[in-house]
Amino acid sequence: MSAVASLTRATLAKDLRLEWRSKDAINSMLFFSLLVVVIFSFSFDPTAEESRQIAGGLVWVAFLFAAVVALNQTWAREMRNQVLDAYRVSPAPPNALFLAKVVGNFIFVTVLQALMTPLFIVFYNLRALGPAYQLPIVAALGTWALVVNGTFFAAMSLRTRSREIMLPLLLFPISIPALLAMVEATGAILTGEFSARFWIVLLAAYDLVFTIASLFLFGFVLQAE
Amino acid sequence: MKRVFPILAVLTGVLLSYALYEALIAAPTEQTMGDVQRIFYYHVPSAWTAFILFFVNFFASIVYLIWRANKADIVALVTAEVGVVFCTVVLVTGPIWARPVWGIWWTWDLRLTLTLVLWLIYVSYLVLRRFSSSGQTPLLAAVLAVFGALDVPLVYFSIWFFRTQHPQPVIGGGGSIDPRMLHVLLINWLAFSCFAALVCWSRYRLEVLRRDMDETLALEALLEPRSSHTRTSRTERAG
Repeated sequence: MSAVASLTRATLAKDLRLEWRSKDAINSMLFFSLLVVVIFSFSFDPTAEESRQIAGGLVWVAFLFAAVVALNQTWAREMRNQVLDAYRVSPAPPNALFLAKVVGNFIFVTVLQALMTPLFIVFYNLRALGPAYQLPIVAALGTWALVVNGTFFAAMSLRTRSREIMLPLLLFPISIPALLAMVEATGAILTGEFSARFWIVLLAAYDLVFTIASLFLFGFVLQAE
Repeated sequence: MKRVFPILAVLTGVLLSYALYEALIAAPTEQTMGDVQRIFYYHVPSAWTAFILFFVNFFASIVYLIWRANKADIVALVTAEVGVVFCTVVLVTGPIWARPVWGIWWTWDLRLTLTLVLWLIYVSYLVLRRFSSSGQTPLLAAVLAVFGALDVPLVYFSIWFFRTQHPQPVIGGGGSIDPRMLHVLLINWLAFSCFAALVCWSRYRLEVLRRDMDETLALEALLEPRSSHTRTSRTERAG
């Protein structure tokens, strides 16, 4: 267990340091979601009441698309100089690598959300009428749901032609229940009309199921020849 | 085995035509919906067949993950392809029926959404199979099938939270159905299942042949005399 933890920490530290120096992923995600926010605000031009109804969907669609941008770059770094092949022949547990990538992406997307939230409030004139303390919980669970499957499918699409197109094609259908839960929970909290509890529980269940499944199956994907 | 195939084919043909007669002529007309209801004899059997095929696909994928049996992979591929076709039939016939009866083409109801999501997952499964390079395809596809199967209960619960508009399932769902209609439904289902099995079988044989041929071609390329290669490369260099 300690081997997994130390390897995870080492890989995560390396990824974070690389990202801190280049800021590739976070910059492209930020600009991308900014564009989505501006275009949506432009094309719908909602009133405060309307935007409260649709904001849950807008926010999460923006984050989903932005996350795909980051997820597509996740493994590209390891393909250069055959790092992934070296990892494959080493006795290091595959799950440590996977966990490090997931946590890294989780941090990137969370930073993105923290930076984008003020913009959403400004553009859509948002104010939560429900219990606002649930919003960070929904954000964390939702981001984990996107990132854990996204990292897994990004590793899968490494082995395919035109891998950048492949990732959303694999990720979106499987993520439908999670997306529905995020959107509904956010909408419930913003409008305050009904309780978000069911959706939060569903999100937690989704996270649990797919985290376990990914940890079980990542070895197969890494070793795929 | 070779003699079983034409027998099954003839049997399926007879069953399908009998089922068509039963559904369009023999079955009693529904009181409120009228003749539109007859689409039910195609919609429901297709749905059951598609779900069975997807289940077989999941089972074959698990078998492949454990034992790496090529036959299991071919079964998974074949059932996914035929399942998507039947699922498409369900998704097309549903709105045709819903428009005159409900007044709307589509609604985000439990069974409709579940079927649509299943269809999306299996289309992405087929896309993955098409796009990935040959050696890794079976493994990646099997992993995706497991993910898809895990997704189904989550989709179910997420949409279960909404209101459900779809008529309750007629078998084991508390709904009542005329025994004559049930008889027609089951005959249609039998005919559709035979048809699906027939298509799967011929597709299976085709896939086995295709893989054999690919293997033979690869071997021939290896065994080909070196001289022809050097000759072509020399002419290329000269060109």
